[in-house]
Parts: sequence; C-alpha cells; structure tokens
Amino acid sequence: MFVTDKILPELPAPQNTKGIVHWLKVNLFSGPVNTILTLFGLFLLYKIVPPAVQWVITDATWVAETRDTCRGEGKGACWAYIINRFDQVMYGFYPADERWRPNVAGIFLVLLAIPLFIEKTPKKAWLAGFILVIYPIIAYFLIRGGSFGLVPVDTNKWGGLMLTLIISFAGIVTALPLGVILALGRRSTMPIVKSFSIIFIEFWRGVPLITVLFMASVMLPLFLPEGTDFDKLARAMIGITLFQAAYIAEVVRGGLQAIPKGQYEAASAMGLSYWKSMALVILPQALTLVIPGLVNTFIALFKDTTLVLIIGLFDVLAVVEKVLSADAAWLGFHTEGLVFSAFVFWIFCFAMSRYSMSLERKLDTGHKR
Amino acid sequence: MSDPRHNSSELPSKPPIWNDPKYRALFFQIILVAALFYFFYSLVSNTLGNMEARGISTGFAFLSEKSGFDILMSLIPYSSDSTYGSTFVVGLLNTLLVGFLGIILATLLGFTMGIARLSKNWVIAKIATFYIEIFRNIPLLIQLFFWYIAVLGVLPSARDSHSLFDRFFLNVRGAYLPAPVAEDGMIFTGVAFVIGLIATFFASKWAKNKQIKTGQRPPLLLIALGLLIVAPLLVFFISGSPLSWDVPKLAGFNFAGGIEIIPELFALLLGLSIYTGAFIAEIVRSGILAVDHGQTEAALSVGLTPAQNLKLVVIPQALRVIIPPLTSQYLNLVKNSSLALAIAYPDIVAVFMGTTLNQTGQAVEITAMTMGVYLVISLSISLFMNWYNAKMSLVER
Amino acid sequence: MRKSLFLGLATAAIFSTTAQAGTLEDVKKAGFVKCGVSTSLAGFSAADDKGNWKGLDVDVCRGVAAAVLGDATKVKFSPLTAKERFTALQSGEIDILSRNTTWTLTRDASLGLNFAGVNYYDGQGFMVSKKLGIDSTLKLDGAAICIQAGTTTELNLSDYFKANNMKYKAITFDTNDQTIEGFKSGRCDVLTTDQSGLYSLRLKLEDPNSAVVLPEIISKEPLGPVVRQGDDVWFNIVKWTLNAMINAEEMGVTSKNVDEMKKSKDPAIGRLMGGQGEKLKLDDNWSFNIIKQVGNYGESFEANVGAGSPLKIERGVNALWNKGGIMYAPPIR
Repeated sequence: MFVTDKILPELPAPQNTKGIVHWLKVNLFSGPVNTILTLFGLFLLYKIVPPAVQWVITDATWVAETRDTCRGEGKGACWAYIINRFDQVMYGFYPADERWRPNVAGIFLVLLAIPLFIEKTPKKAWLAGFILVIYPIIAYFLIRGGSFGLVPVDTNKWGGLMLTLIISFAGIVTALPLGVILALGRRSTMPIVKSFSIIFIEFWRGVPLITVLFMASVMLPLFLPEGTDFDKLARAMIGITLFQAAYIAEVVRGGLQAIPKGQYEAASAMGLSYWKSMALVILPQALTLVIPGLVNTFIALFKDTTLVLIIGLFDVLAVVEKVLSADAAWLGFHTEGLVFSAFVFWIFCFAMSRYSMSLERKLDTGHKR
Repeated sequence: MSDPRHNSSELPSKPPIWNDPKYRALFFQIILVAALFYFFYSLVSNTLGNMEARGISTGFAFLSEKSGFDILMSLIPYSSDSTYGSTFVVGLLNTLLVGFLGIILATLLGFTMGIARLSKNWVIAKIATFYIEIFRNIPLLIQLFFWYIAVLGVLPSARDSHSLFDRFFLNVRGAYLPAPVAEDGMIFTGVAFVIGLIATFFASKWAKNKQIKTGQRPPLLLIALGLLIVAPLLVFFISGSPLSWDVPKLAGFNFAGGIEIIPELFALLLGLSIYTGAFIAEIVRSGILAVDHGQTEAALSVGLTPAQNLKLVVIPQALRVIIPPLTSQYLNLVKNSSLALAIAYPDIVAVFMGTTLNQTGQAVEITAMTMGVYLVISLSISLFMNWYNAKMSLVER
Repeated sequence: MRKSLFLGLATAAIFSTTAQAGTLEDVKKAGFVKCGVSTSLAGFSAADDKGNWKGLDVDVCRGVAAAVLGDATKVKFSPLTAKERFTALQSGEIDILSRNTTWTLTRDASLGLNFAGVNYYDGQGFMVSKKLGIDSTLKLDGAAICIQAGTTTELNLSDYFKANNMKYKAITFDTNDQTIEGFKSGRCDVLTTDQSGLYSLRLKLEDPNSAVVLPEIISKEPLGPVVRQGDDVWFNIVKWTLNAMINAEEMGVTSKNVDEMKKSKDPAIGRLMGGQGEKLKLDDNWSFNIIKQVGNYGESFEANVGAGSPLKIERGVNALWNKGGIMYAPPIR
C-alpha cells in the first residue's frame, strides 16, 4: 500500500473554462505549432479579406453613366457595368415586351416548389410529379410562345440567367426518368439489358461534356436523315440529358442497392409485377433515399451549363463574357464580369448544397458519435 | 432447372408462355437487340449516306498528312512538318501531363484542406471551410478564365522578368528553368540510379520481413536515400560530372533555351487542382469522420502522438471510405482538363478536335478518336484505383 | 424495360424517316435561312446589344433570305467558332456559312463544300503594340503570336516564318475575342489574322492607337460565303445573291433608288430587276428584294466596314473592277 509521507505541493487553481481567454487558448494558441498556424492563418486573412472587401464593396462604383466614372485612382469594382445591362444578364436577347412570360413561369415554379419544403404538405409526391411533368410543358409554351396568342420567341433569343435555369431544370427533368430506367437496367437480371445499361452509363461517364456538346451541336445532323432538324438548344439539351442520365443512374443505383432484399421479396410475394413492385414499393423508397445525391448531381449539372458558352449559346456567363464585353464604350471590365457570374452561380450552388446537407442529416438514421 | 412445382401434378399447369418470366426476358432482350441493331444500322447508314452526299472525305489517311501548323507546347519533337498523327500524340501527351500533375496537386491540396477543416485550430478550420465552400460552388470554367487573367496579370513582361540567381526566370510568357544537357558518360549515373531503384525495392521487402519477424524496423528511409541519391551522385562525380546546363537567355522578344513552362499550364493546373481539391477535401473529411472515434482514443492512450495517430491509425482506415469517391474526382479532373481550350492550353481537344478537325474536316473520325482517348484514360484510372482499393481493403485474418 | 424499348423504337422510327429535299425547299418550308456567322467580329458579323446581327457577312445571309423568302429578317444566325464552322455546314446545321472564310483548294475540294464567291478580298496581317517600335514583319523573330484556332492564318504563319527562317510561338485561342484578350494582357507580342479582322479587333483595345497594324500582307485571303456541295440550286442562289449585290452597285442601283430604277429603260437594269427569277427557281422579285431590303454591295460595305462604320476600312482591292479594285461580278443575263 502506498502512503505518502509528505504534503503534496499545491496545485494551481483550475483553469478558467469559460470566457474568451480560455477559448482563445484552447482553439488558437494551444501549442507552438498551433500558434504559428494561427498567426499564419490570420496573416493570410489580413492579406486577402480587406483588399477584397475594398474592391468589391467600399471602393466599388455602383452607378455610372459612362465608363470614365468607374475609372480612376483607388476605384474598385465597376458594378455599374453589370447593373446598366442587368436585363440582358437576366434574359439575354429575349424581347423586353415579352419578359413577363419567363417571369410568370419562374414565379409559378417558386410557388409550386415552396410547399415541397414544408414538412406537413400532403401528397408531396403528386406535387413533385406535377413540377417534373406538367409544369415544364406549361413553361415551355409560355416562354416559347407561338400558340394561345403569344408571340413566338425563338430559342436563339433566349439567354442570360433565364437560359441557365431553363437548361439545368429541363436537363434534370429529362435526365431523371432516363437515369432511373438505366439504373433499373443495370440491376436487371437480363444479361443483354444489363450490359447495354452498363456500356451506356460508362460511355457517357467516361467522356468530357465538352466533346458531347460539340457532337450534339455540330455533328448530330450528320447522324440523322437529311432534312431532320432540331433547334440548337434542343440539340444541346439532348447531349446534356444523355450525359446527365448516366450520372443520375449511378446515384439511383446506390439507392436501389440500399433497399433491403426483403422489400423486393415482399413485393413479389404480394403478387406485384416487376413494374408495379418497382413503382409502388422500391422506387419510392430508393428515390427518397437518394435525394441528397440527386441534388448534388443537379448542382454539378447547374455548374456544367456554363459550357454551353463554348457551343455558342448565351447563358449568363456567355452574356457577361461575350455580349457585355463587346460594348466598345465599356471596355476593360472583364474581372467584374467573371466575379459577378461566379457570385450568381455560387449563390445557387451554395444554397442547394446546404439543402442537400440538411436532407442528409434528416435522412441519416445511422449511429453517429 | 429443377422446379419443384413441375413434379407435382396437383398444381396448375405451366403458365402460358407469354407469362413465363424466362420467355418474357428472352423476348424483351431480343427486341432490345433488334432495336439497338436497327438504331446503329440507321445511324451508320445515315452518316455514311450524308457524308457521301456532301462529298466529305473519310478514312484515317489524313493521319499521315503534313499538318502545317505549330503547337505552343509539345513533349515530343514537333514542327509544322509533322503529320496530323503527331498532332494527336502531342495533344494526348499534353492532356496526360496536365491530368497527372493535376491529380497530384489536387490530392495534396485536398488532403491538407480536408484535415485542416477538422483541425482544432479555429482559424485554420475556418479558412479551410471557406476554401471548400467557395471553390466547389463556382463553375470550373469561370475559375479557369479567372486564373488565366490573374496569372497573366500578376506576371511581369519579358524584359522585367523576375529572376533567381540569373538561372530561373519568370514572366508573362512563362517560367524558364535551366535544362540539363547530358554529355558522354551520363549513362553511368543513369545505370547507378536504376540499380539503386532495384536495390531499394529489395531492401524494402527485407525490411518488411524483418519487422514482421523481429518487430524491429530497419531505417529504410536512410537506406533508400543512400541507394537512390548518394550512390548515383558518387558515380556522377567519379565519372567527371558529365552534365551541363542550358541556361535561358533573353534574346529579342523573349528567353530562349532552357525549359519553358507556359502560363496556360500554370493557370490550368491552378484551376483544376483548386477546384478538384475542394471536392477531395470534403471526401477526406467525411472519410476521417467515418473512422470510429474510439480508434483515435485507443491510439492516443497507447501513447501515439496526434500526428502518428493520423498517419498510422486514422488515414489508413479512412482511405477505404475515401478511395471510391476519390476515383471519380480523378476521373472528373481528367475530363475537366478538356476545358483547356478556353485558355489556349494545347490539350487533345484543342489541338486535335480543334485545329486538326478544322484543317481536315473529318469530324467523325477525329471525334471518335478523341472520345476513345478519354474512355481509355477513364477506364485505366478506374482499373488502377480498383486495384489499389482492393489492396487497401480490410484484410480479415 | 418496356419503356426503354418503346423509346428505342420511337427514336429508330424518327431516324428512318428520310426526307430527301433540297436546301431551297427546306428553307421555304422552315420559313427562315440558317446562317453560320462568327461569334463576334465587328463589321463582318456581330450582334448588337439587342441581339440583332450586323455586318458584311451577315448581309449576304440577309440577301439570300430576301431573295428566297422575300424578307431579309427571316434569318436564324448561329454564331460559330472557326473550328466548328465546317462541321456545322457539312452536317446541315446551317444552310450558308458566311463567316469570313478563306477560299482554298483543300476546303473547296475535300471538305464537301462549295464557295459561292468572294465578298471581301483580304490578306493576313500583323498587329503589334506601338511601344515595341517594330515596323516590319521581318523583325518578328522569336515573337509570341496570338492566333485563332482552325484558320488558314495558322498555316500561313507557319509557312511565312519558315520561309524567312524565323522562329515564333503560336498561342492558339478558340475565338477572336480571346486572341485580343491575350494580346491585351501581354501574353503575346503580336496578333495575327486577316487584316480586316485586325482593324476590327483593334477597336477592342482600350486605346486603339496603342497598337499598329504592320504594312505587310503575307497571304491572299479571299473571303466568301460557303454552301454544301451537291445542291446546285442552292449554290446558284447564294452565288447570284452576291453577284446581284455587286452588279447593283456597278449599275448604281441602291436601296434608296431601287423603286425608281425599276422603271428604268436600261435593259441591263431591267434584267437585274426581274425576269431572271425562274432560272434560279425563285420568284421574279428576288433581286429587287435583295437591293430594297439589304442594299447593294457598296452600301453594305460602307455601312459595315467602310467610312460609315468605326472600322473605316478603305475600299482598296474591294472596289469595283472599273474603280481600281477587283470586285467583279458576272453579268445577269
């Protein structure tokens, strides 16, 4: 047995475990390495943040009639360059008198989509189905015109943020069913169906989108019988759809694999046919499970729409890069254009990725430490 | 096919043939094959018919024709007298180069940032978070445009180059390094290096065996250092330093001689690795979080330092979670390198599917070749990573 | 799998419905002409801030639309990069390529294309920054040169430097806009393209006078509209649209006086104004519509690239043959 024979020295008082000093000590200066890292980090922030804030906000010019107002010593970004032609950034060459049509379509979509984010909405699946199937048709007729007394607006006049949103939304709407079918095909027991699906998926996942777009935009008519004709936008959409479907197929396949075998067996024990068991039992579960993955695919698609610039469509980046910069009276604001379009994309993608993360947390029923 | 039902006579007879899943499957597949066959048949006949009607030349004979144009950067000797076949190779090598370097840089950046985001240091963790959230949510094309402008904007003109020891130069035309020029006798050093490489391989096997047997770990790093660097260096000096340097010199507009690294490559690498690095960082972070915290606690309690814990306990286990999504990021990086054409880097899409296609007009052949290249690269990366994944996966004893 | 099967069959059915019709019928049926133009080259083809295309090359397409459909506005423009243009025409994405395209033997003979004439005689030139103090192309040894991908200029450049035993670095960009950005940033010392293009691109510099166009021209670049091979009816229409515009200038018929000229007693003008349509499978007003709605060649030149435009390019070789140039159109008779 151990018995001490002298009085132990007094320990120092326990450290303060609250307050800013303690926080700083634990989080920033807990050791020499950490202190150096902290100082380095702070130095980096000092070098980057204040100049960036100055350029973007405090020194920026928001209102300017001519280019000269923006130029000069100590002047930051020239947002007037964007603001003056903001309409074009939003709509491209869409005629000004008709712009209420995409506006109506957009507001309608937002109104439809809001209930989806509210927990208690009944029949969410029907609403989602409506948005994915019926809404695009309505929106197309509204924006394209040519019937119901609306002036037709050719797709080559579509542009700006409107086009970016249209391409990505239409892309997901068309690619989703194809992707689901491919995913089912890849898990099929029929060898030919299965190998066809695998080849199809791996082919589109293996080539860069830019080559796909090039093929779709200039070579497609070569593959078709003479006289068949599609719109340039439609052709780009075909390319994007096939490309995106392959990615969606892989996401959906993950969901299908996560459904326990018992569910499949139970469905066939109930006497449901293949399609019925898929539609009523498996897919509703699998698709709910992969919503975060689908949102991530959608984010990727959304960012990829910028590539249509290379095949001559005017999405928001192309409007800023090619149309605005062609104005001889406003030369030299290339950086502003890039920063602005980066910001637009960032807002959308960041919001969507947050949404997907919150869904993931909600769906995650596993054990976490 | 021993179906018990068939043996019993009480059960209803076999289902009608159109309800038998076996025949149904067969039927559907035959239809699918027929449809596919018809689809490809009409595709090919349409294409050939259209090409014939429009008088477009076909075939691969163009590959041996003289190209007549120059390419900014080439890893093999190339001039305008070379063939279209060599433009293909030049573009391919440039794509492989940027893919290879990009993967290395993105992995380094991604792992650093992924670990930094989990750091206890608040400032570092926040910086990593900002980096990830900003760069993965902005389209790569915008980032490439931006980096190209930034790189060109920061660098000085040729006459005011930054220089280091008057040997290394940096300006808006690129970075210029002295190029090693091997003279007679350099071969000995090369041979010594190869021998060192083989010896290191065996040494590592020996070291591993010894560690398993005795628990002692021989100082492998020192041995490797000696075999790979010191020994070849000795040979190099003994054989009379048979190496000279081709130092770049300012001549007329720009530097001549030495190794030139073009700013397009800088910008492309910067864009690709920063963009992909942000995704890799997230993958690394979730991989590390997937390792049970008990493992860390156990490691720390047996006396490993936090750094050792990370290196020996956490990362090897996290890698199993990390590798599959990492593979798809590598694939994405290589495919995204095709955006090089937006900033004048001569990759295969720019050189071959761009200029060569335009000079020859043979779109079908050239597009097929280009897509084939990407498919082969993608498949190779997948195969390699599958092999690596199998190697890293849990060995149950 | 049933659904995918039906999809497959449906697509196959679409693919197999062949409709062998000429471009003229297709255009009449569609109600518009599909015209390939450059992504942006002021004076030749560039969209203004309303998305309306303007330029010398654009006017050829508008002329064809006026001739075929009687309405010069019935054109759908496809902006194409240099490297997309031939594929787009070959594949049928566009009906006419009017995109400052150089007429060469290879293009005419092996790409399945036909050049319908020349609407601008050009030559490759060089632009350098004024502060370099260079006055001749022969002093460009070792220069970095910005150039657009997929053009004849790439080939000429290589030939020229080789012939003069000089070296250069070609920085090959995808579009004209990028070449000028590269030039601005100092990535290259020299920008090369057709000389007309240089004047047009120079306007995109913040100070256009900071760069000079060198006097040498190193190549012949006859630029003109292109159509697919094997459709002679359409080929003739495009060819004679251009010829009608040039002939109209020669006879002094302009968009302003075309209504009076219709009553002219001069038989040559009479033939220009009508009577020839049937031979081209067009209606009789074809040339009248061109001149009325688009104008003659001279008007188009002045408005887009000449004195009436910011480019202020002289007529030079592009003047009519009887005014010191080489612009010469076969007679309409």
